[in-house]
Amino acid sequence: MIETHLPALIALNFLAFAVIIPLFGIWKSELCQPLATLGAGISAGMSLYGFLYYLNDVPLRYFFGAWQPPVGIEFVYDGLSAFIILVINAIAFFVLIHSKPIAVREFPNKLMAYYSVTMLLMLGFNGMVLTGDLFNLFVFLEIASLSTYALIAIGEKAAPFSAFRYLIIGTTGGTLYLLGVGFLYTITGTLNIIDMTAMMPEFAGNSSVITAVILMVVGIGVKCAMFPMHGWLPDSYTFAASSSSALIAPIGTKVAVYVLIRVMLYLFGIELLDLVIPISYVVGLLAAIGILYGSIMAIAQDEMKRMLAYSSISQIGYIIMGISLANPYGFIGALLHILNHAVMKACLFMVSANLRMKEGHSDISKFDHTYRKKYPWTMLSFSVAAISMVGLPPLAGFFSKWYLALGTIEANNWLFLSVILISSLLNAVYFFRILEKVYMKNPDADEQVPDEGLVSDEVKPSMLYPMSIFAAGLFLIGIFNVAIVAVIMNMFPAGL
Amino acid sequence: MYAVLVSLLAVPLILVSSGKPNLREFWTVLAGVVKFGLVLTLLPGALRGDSIEMTLVEIAPGVPLLLKADPFGVFFAVIASGLWIFTSFYSIGYMRGNKEEKQTRYFASFAVCLSATIGIAFSGNLLTFVIFYEMLTLATYPLVIHKENKEAISAGRQYLAYTLTAGLLLIAAAGLVYYLTGTMDFTPGGVFGGLDISTPMMLTVFLLFLGAVGVKAGIMPIHSWLPTAMAAPTPVSALLHAVAVVKSGVFGVIRVVGYVFGTDVMGAYGLNEILIVIAGTTIVLASLLAFRQDNLKRRLAYSTVGHLSYIVLGAALITPLGMTGGIMHIAAHATMKITLFFCAGAIYVNLHKQNISDLNGIAKVMPWTMAAFVIGSMGLAGIPPLNGFVSKWYLAMGSLEGDMIIPVLILVISGLLNVGYFFPIIWRAYFKQGGEELEKYGEASPFMVVPIMVTATLSILFGMFPNLFFNFFELAADISYAIFNGGM
Repeated sequence: MIETHLPALIALNFLAFAVIIPLFGIWKSELCQPLATLGAGISAGMSLYGFLYYLNDVPLRYFFGAWQPPVGIEFVYDGLSAFIILVINAIAFFVLIHSKPIAVREFPNKLMAYYSVTMLLMLGFNGMVLTGDLFNLFVFLEIASLSTYALIAIGEKAAPFSAFRYLIIGTTGGTLYLLGVGFLYTITGTLNIIDMTAMMPEFAGNSSVITAVILMVVGIGVKCAMFPMHGWLPDSYTFAASSSSALIAPIGTKVAVYVLIRVMLYLFGIELLDLVIPISYVVGLLAAIGILYGSIMAIAQDEMKRMLAYSSISQIGYIIMGISLANPYGFIGALLHILNHAVMKACLFMVSANLRMKEGHSDISKFDHTYRKKYPWTMLSFSVAAISMVGLPPLAGFFSKWYLALGTIEANNWLFLSVILISSLLNAVYFFRILEKVYMKNPDADEQVPDEGLVSDEVKPSMLYPMSIFAAGLFLIGIFNVAIVAVIMNMFPAGL
Repeated sequence: MYAVLVSLLAVPLILVSSGKPNLREFWTVLAGVVKFGLVLTLLPGALRGDSIEMTLVEIAPGVPLLLKADPFGVFFAVIASGLWIFTSFYSIGYMRGNKEEKQTRYFASFAVCLSATIGIAFSGNLLTFVIFYEMLTLATYPLVIHKENKEAISAGRQYLAYTLTAGLLLIAAAGLVYYLTGTMDFTPGGVFGGLDISTPMMLTVFLLFLGAVGVKAGIMPIHSWLPTAMAAPTPVSALLHAVAVVKSGVFGVIRVVGYVFGTDVMGAYGLNEILIVIAGTTIVLASLLAFRQDNLKRRLAYSTVGHLSYIVLGAALITPLGMTGGIMHIAAHATMKITLFFCAGAIYVNLHKQNISDLNGIAKVMPWTMAAFVIGSMGLAGIPPLNGFVSKWYLAMGSLEGDMIIPVLILVISGLLNVGYFFPIIWRAYFKQGGEELEKYGEASPFMVVPIMVTATLSILFGMFPNLFFNFFELAADISYAIFNGGM
């Protein structure tokens, strides 16, 4: 029985926990984190169950209260959304396990609010992925965005400012998206994605549709930090509390990218998209610029979280580029990279959180060789994730790069191929810079801290294990990527 | 087939026993012996021309992680794993003699390197090759930066910059081959047969490959990481930068020429001419540059660059005899150059001298080492009956077979240059009067001298009896036959 209601349960579970947490939190604030973890765990478990259960089934359309659209609310649980839901809920679960000590350290008085808002955020993300209706998508987008603004504002001194900036930019993006939806509604008379997809070919070449596409792509582009709409991201990730950035960075932009896939490849389809203006090529070009820009800016950063934020801009570029190629390899590469990048970035942000926990900062210039003795596991995880980011086999990052490269070759797009390859080198520069500092003595230093006497001073297991699991996961994803790719191949949109 | 895994398995053991040096080194040596034994069991099959395949997991749809012990792979694996045993003993002597820090990291990385090298040898398709190629890059990095001084760190950076770029080019090249032919398997005779592909496209693929494997093969102008990487401890230079890493590069060149493009395609598109020009230039220029080096290891490094291009030249001639000569030279150069590097390391540990100008009179204190040095250097110059002569002879025959005179001239000139840059070292060591301080030194530790003598002896034996022990010559001829006749 539960299977049929699964899509609704996965999302609504978060809503329930968003209410439960304040109720218990008033009584005992230390209960908040276990409850939030439990909530994410339940949803992650259900996502996994649903993913396996519906793996080979036709897409499931779930109507709330059995009201058919256009009256009722619809959730669509197909291969793509099941995959994304599983990724984001699983990541959230591990990140929440990890979050307690750093949350207590950075904002001890706001735990209840923090974890409750986290649940709302996850509700928004889950809703965005599952919904079958363009307007509801906007509603969930706003839920997620408002929660994000709140979470980012809980942070360092500069956090409220960066949250406000994000609020302005993000709301503009949301509005543009809504405007696009409005255009479509006036033409088609429906908001339901499946209905609208069926109607689209009738309106091929219609100038309102083209306008709508552009508005929607730009609007979503803001949310997924597509170059040049990325301006809000570095500050937000840097100044937010470490537990927030570890949660938002891996999955926030991914959900927006998912919406981009839905809109570009499913709703409009690549033919319609490129009918008048080669929109996919323009998007790909922006992604390429973003890849290089993000990597170069990352090299220039001295703060680890900020570096990771710029690296995110670049990695999102990979995914968007894969989508814009609109061929099977590009699509596989993009979706695999959604998973890979989520795991890698979660792992890396956890590393930075661990370092902040212990050292009180994550300034790269202050890193030295004592770290490898003091934090052996944190540094090992960092190395694994970093090497995966650079894209060396057999780690996960290599394979998404490989499929993306094949996609660019198939599209005969040598420019994009060289961008992917050059960017890997740039990644190597900013990651090996840290590895060098951590694993080697600084030959320029005036006085050397001797190795003797340094003992392991790792963070608590609750912070250590989630990070190590992700690092180990990068090996597993890499070696068994074919199984994942086989799943992805079932979700090709029509016309690919 | 499990040969790849043996040294990987040794890594955790080495790491765990980091506090107990004797146990740690025992694991290294054990892994070396077991690995060599496993590779040897493949040798009879390889001599019959058989290939054993093993598919591990599928790493991309339709492309498995394929290990395939074909004759050429076994040939390379025998050399690399055999010399690893000697290097292990030598490393123990060297690292302890020098009281180096972080020996655990050193031995662990070494074991990973060897796994990767054997993996490269047995790669059955391009993607598997890419994976092990990158693994080798990564595992060599900690060895290059081992000393953690400024020189080592900048050498490490340069090393990474070159080899990571090469890896990316390799990925692009592999992707293109897959796109054009639909397969990535190494096939004797190539995978491009019967396909109509435009010349610019073919040239692009070829140049990508050339950049990719050429970096590790040290062809000019992308060789300069190799002399810089001499900042690494000498056993690393000996095994990795004379045998494993750089030979992976030339192994890759031959794989690409013989098993991806195929000699017919190479000739049809005129690609081999590019390769001949590059290899010929590299041979001469590297030999000339070797004269200018006063640091012994750097001189050896330039000599390596030159000799690697002998092998590349052998492949580029696209004649059966030339190919045989090139493949033979993989083995020949390996035994001789490792001897020379071992000597350089022994001198450094024992006398703390790295510059040629300081080597006056050292033959008196280190007679065995210097005798081995003479054998190695004369072999590289191609003087019979040492094993450098055999391969050179076949290279010369190969170029005549292809009606080419210039390569023969290059070989002759290079032989003379080899004599030219090795002779001053020998002359100083034997005939110049050394300083007073030399008297308090004796020969280096037996851990180091014995491996030196063994590899030197091997150089002589293989020169006189190329088929001794491992039937190297027969194997090389078989491989060459397979490449030119499209499979056994």
